[in-house]
Amino acid sequence: MRETNANRWLLLAPSALWLLLFFLLPLGLIVVMSFAERGLYGGVRWTFGLWNYRQAMAPLYLWVYGRSFALAAVTTALCLVVSYPVAYYIALRADPKWKNLLLVLSILPFWTSFLLRTYAWMFLLRVEGFVNTTLLALGVIERPISWLLYSDFAVVIGQVYGELPFMILPLYVALERVDVRVMEAAMDLGANRRQVFWRIVLPLTRPGIITGIVLVFIPSLGAFITPDLLGGAKSAMIGTVIQNQFVQRNQPMGSALSVLLVVVVLALLWIASRTARSRRGR
Amino acid sequence: MATATSAIRVEGVTKRYGAVTALEAVSLEVERGEFLTLLGPSGSGKTTLLRVIAGLERPDDGRVYLGGEDVTDVPPYRRRVHTVFQQYVLFPHLNVYRNVAFGLEQKRLSRREIERRVAAALELVRLSGYERRWPHELSGGEQQRVALARALVLEPEALLLDEPLAALDLQLRKEMQRELKRLQREVGISFLLVTHDQEEALALSDRIAVIADGRLQQIGTPREVYERPETAFVATFLGAANVLEAEILHRENGDALLGLCGHTVRVPLNGRRIEGSRAQVAIRPEKIALRARPLRRTDLVQLEGVIEECLYLGEATHWRVRVGEHYVTVTEPNRPGSKADAFRDGQRVFLCWTRESIVVLSR
Repeated sequence: MRETNANRWLLLAPSALWLLLFFLLPLGLIVVMSFAERGLYGGVRWTFGLWNYRQAMAPLYLWVYGRSFALAAVTTALCLVVSYPVAYYIALRADPKWKNLLLVLSILPFWTSFLLRTYAWMFLLRVEGFVNTTLLALGVIERPISWLLYSDFAVVIGQVYGELPFMILPLYVALERVDVRVMEAAMDLGANRRQVFWRIVLPLTRPGIITGIVLVFIPSLGAFITPDLLGGAKSAMIGTVIQNQFVQRNQPMGSALSVLLVVVVLALLWIASRTARSRRGR
Repeated sequence: MATATSAIRVEGVTKRYGAVTALEAVSLEVERGEFLTLLGPSGSGKTTLLRVIAGLERPDDGRVYLGGEDVTDVPPYRRRVHTVFQQYVLFPHLNVYRNVAFGLEQKRLSRREIERRVAAALELVRLSGYERRWPHELSGGEQQRVALARALVLEPEALLLDEPLAALDLQLRKEMQRELKRLQREVGISFLLVTHDQEEALALSDRIAVIADGRLQQIGTPREVYERPETAFVATFLGAANVLEAEILHRENGDALLGLCGHTVRVPLNGRRIEGSRAQVAIRPEKIALRARPLRRTDLVQLEGVIEECLYLGEATHWRVRVGEHYVTVTEPNRPGSKADAFRDGQRVFLCWTRESIVVLSR
């Protein structure tokens, strides 16, 4: 059965319309606004210039960008290290009849509200929270640890926790596709288990790793709920800064910071797609 | 035969998967430089035996020796045997050069040594110039050659081949059979080939080991196994055979007097031991001649029968002849002047064969 051109457009129309109205249009608005000026009493004055961008290059903002970058990188790295063994076990070691159950279990926490889970972390990490009281009761520490909550540590914990399924799932898909017979062939040719992992499994799952990194790193870079709730006042991230600009009615500045973030993300995506393509297997 | 010189020795290997027994006390020896074929139907346990030798499966019982050394507890990556797998399973993310170099890199040889040996291996399988190609760009036959080079480059004690030609089409399969034989002569190492293709086994092997239901049925040269099958299974799996019930009337001087289809026949036992009062015998269809009248010779077994069916198959004609309550298959090549055209369905004929063509089977 051949699809006519009209039919194809009809099929595309709803999603195209959706993207246009709720994605491209606002994005365009943000881009336009980023060149505008803040009104005296909030609001936007439609005179255009590069002042917002000049201001965004101030050391304070660059420092926040840098911090966000670093925290997102740490979050992504931790996610990868935690997820890989989990995905490996489910895809290659677990009894096939348990695979689906294990997969569902690993993403089960994400069926409840994100906000609720973040509050749960606050409950666990605060000064008189579960972690501190337990450690105190066990005599491991004498005074409660103060940096558990409202710190970069808390932000990373919360972020890793929140982004985990976005790493586990692509890794699982990639590992699932690894042919066990290829691993056996490598072992037969003299590679021990560790060498099979480094020389066969890891290279073959590279597309999954890159996908996972992209899926975790980019939301982490712009995240604002977790840093806002778990990071406290000291732990400024670019997401929270942008949010603040909008809340404080400096929409042009917030827009400029957003556009810069989008540009950085696009650049990273481009690099990621290049590295994913550079070595060809199948 | 001195056991220290055998490339592979398997002793009483048993392997079970739950309630299923894949291998039952299999013992086998592959001489240095020998081409041995494990022949059996699918599910007979032949691949399992290969995997046990490679170290990819642990036997539940029994020992495996390579070059006289007990390797039963040695992991696959430290065994000096390498496998060519059924679907070749090349490394999809490595080009031909890196595929062949894989095992050498594992050994941390110098770059120049690796380059030299990869080039030599690719030349051996006639794939020089393919170094920069990717596995997915190669045809089945070429992938097969890369898989061979990848294993041979490591100069193993023995090469294990798991149905390496099964995925190729007929034309290519014939070509690769010749190629395998040439390779084996050239490198001089032992080949242990697993196949369910009897023709392949006959054409390539120094010896054939027939395996069924996880048990070794018979081992010997292609001629021995074909001409003197030990069991009804071997007789019918390797080529075609008429398996007939016979009565043992008398035994003397290594001969047996059999009651076969109402006739009394004296048959040489060739050292084969038979017990009881009944036995099965096998006669190959091509060793039987069809005649319209009985011949005046006493050294032949001659039975009278009726032609039930005639199948013209180009190079030969197959006849199904009813003898009493038995059916006997006869194959005659379609030579010029062959009398075969003269026979019609329902015609009375005489089946003639020599006493030596009758093989008494042990159960």
